[in-house]
Amino acid sequence: MKIAVLALQGAFYEHEMILTELGADYMELRKKEDLSDSFDGLILPGGESTAQGKLLKELGMFEPLQEKIRGGLPVLATCAGLILLAEKSCNDERAWFQTLPVTVRRNAYGRQLGSFHAVQDFGSLSAVPMTFIRAPYIESVRKDVEILAKVDGNIVGVRYQNQLAISFHPELDSDRRIHRMFLKDICNT
Amino acid sequence: MSEERYQLNKQLAQMLKGGVIMDVTTPEQARIAEAAGACAVMALERIPADIRAAGGVSRMSDPKMIRGIQEAVSIPVMAKCRIGHFVEAQLLEAIEIDYIDESEVLSPADDVYHIDKTKFKVPFVCGARDLGEALRRISEGASMIRTKGEPGTGDVVQAVRHMRKMNQEIAKVTSMREDELYEEAKELRVPYELVKYVHENGKLPVVNFAAGGVATPADAALMMQLGAEGVFVGSGIFKSGDPAKRASAIVQAVTNYTDAKLIASLSEDLGEAMVGINEQEIQLLMAERGK
Repeated sequence: MKIAVLALQGAFYEHEMILTELGADYMELRKKEDLSDSFDGLILPGGESTAQGKLLKELGMFEPLQEKIRGGLPVLATCAGLILLAEKSCNDERAWFQTLPVTVRRNAYGRQLGSFHAVQDFGSLSAVPMTFIRAPYIESVRKDVEILAKVDGNIVGVRYQNQLAISFHPELDSDRRIHRMFLKDICNT
Repeated sequence: MSEERYQLNKQLAQMLKGGVIMDVTTPEQARIAEAAGACAVMALERIPADIRAAGGVSRMSDPKMIRGIQEAVSIPVMAKCRIGHFVEAQLLEAIEIDYIDESEVLSPADDVYHIDKTKFKVPFVCGARDLGEALRRISEGASMIRTKGEPGTGDVVQAVRHMRKMNQEIAKVTSMREDELYEEAKELRVPYELVKYVHENGKLPVVNFAAGGVATPADAALMMQLGAEGVFVGSGIFKSGDPAKRASAIVQAVTNYTDAKLIASLSEDLGEAMVGINEQEIQLLMAERGK
């Protein structure tokens, strides 16, 4: 079992440390050649979606990765990663993989002064710490998308087929349950 | 500032890692920077090279100009205030800037005291030439550090010097006996807890970027190989022949900073780099401001 972490820009190192802690192997995706190695799951980390999306395209990684995600590759996407997966955004024309049938609102809580921390249930998990940094939330979902978490009435976590997408950063808190859920329930380890 | 707010501010810097923060002076430049893959922009009226050329007192930018840039892009927008000028910082917080750079590029407003950054909700990044400066700024509330380098010169030598110095001092603290840390804290003029953190973790407690004099993809990759977690590019982009192309090449070089073959191809046909001034040729060393 090996998890690939998109390592173009952002907080990918934090995810890698958690994978190590949980005993999962990982590899970094920085360029097209890295995609020829085999991997069983993918983490799309936080960072800036515009920077990551630009690099994905420029480095020739966009289409092969999109193919893999469409083909059912398990994905855990946090914050910018959620934006990369979303079918569309209600306040931005840019869209990337479009494999997740949801509409996101970018920078939904405003600028950095709107960043916050909360504790909420997430699917079957209770009291999960949630760190939102200039975060998006999900404005609407197609009806076959499972909603896992809401904060103040806004959707902040969903699962659709093998894609687990959330608008906060489990990699910044010490609770490992979401990464465990990804490895166990979606990657089937 | 509450502990939770300080965490959130350090965490925003974590999201910027592996990225390039570009100086921009207009909404148009901000859009070019964003399209080239910048992870944030620094809004300022004049880039450091022009500040250097113009001389005189250099202050915080016009809030209206900063707002124009905030409206033009979706990535974080930073802006500079003068060292010690806490009212300029209050104004930047009032217009909801994402990060304040208390910067030696502007004329210092206070030659003794830095801003007490713990009094603000908005995050601060500060320049440092060595570990002592970095930890002093962190104890004042900075949630991100960058090397000072020598802004507006296109000469990377000082950024290299500052990054090496910082790393050497971190390595030294890491290898010290625990009972030596008290004396080291006194030497560095910083709280013991911060020295202890460095001793235990082998790194600063906040994200550390390189800044000052970065002009080419190779310069950016050099700083990354020396241990920077990301790069600020000031005058290097919009003082060059083909800003969009150079910006995009620097962004890719920061992501794949050990791939010499790729960086070689990125470095082709970039047009003219900023002319640059050697550090021996300049009158004013901005890095000497605010220790």
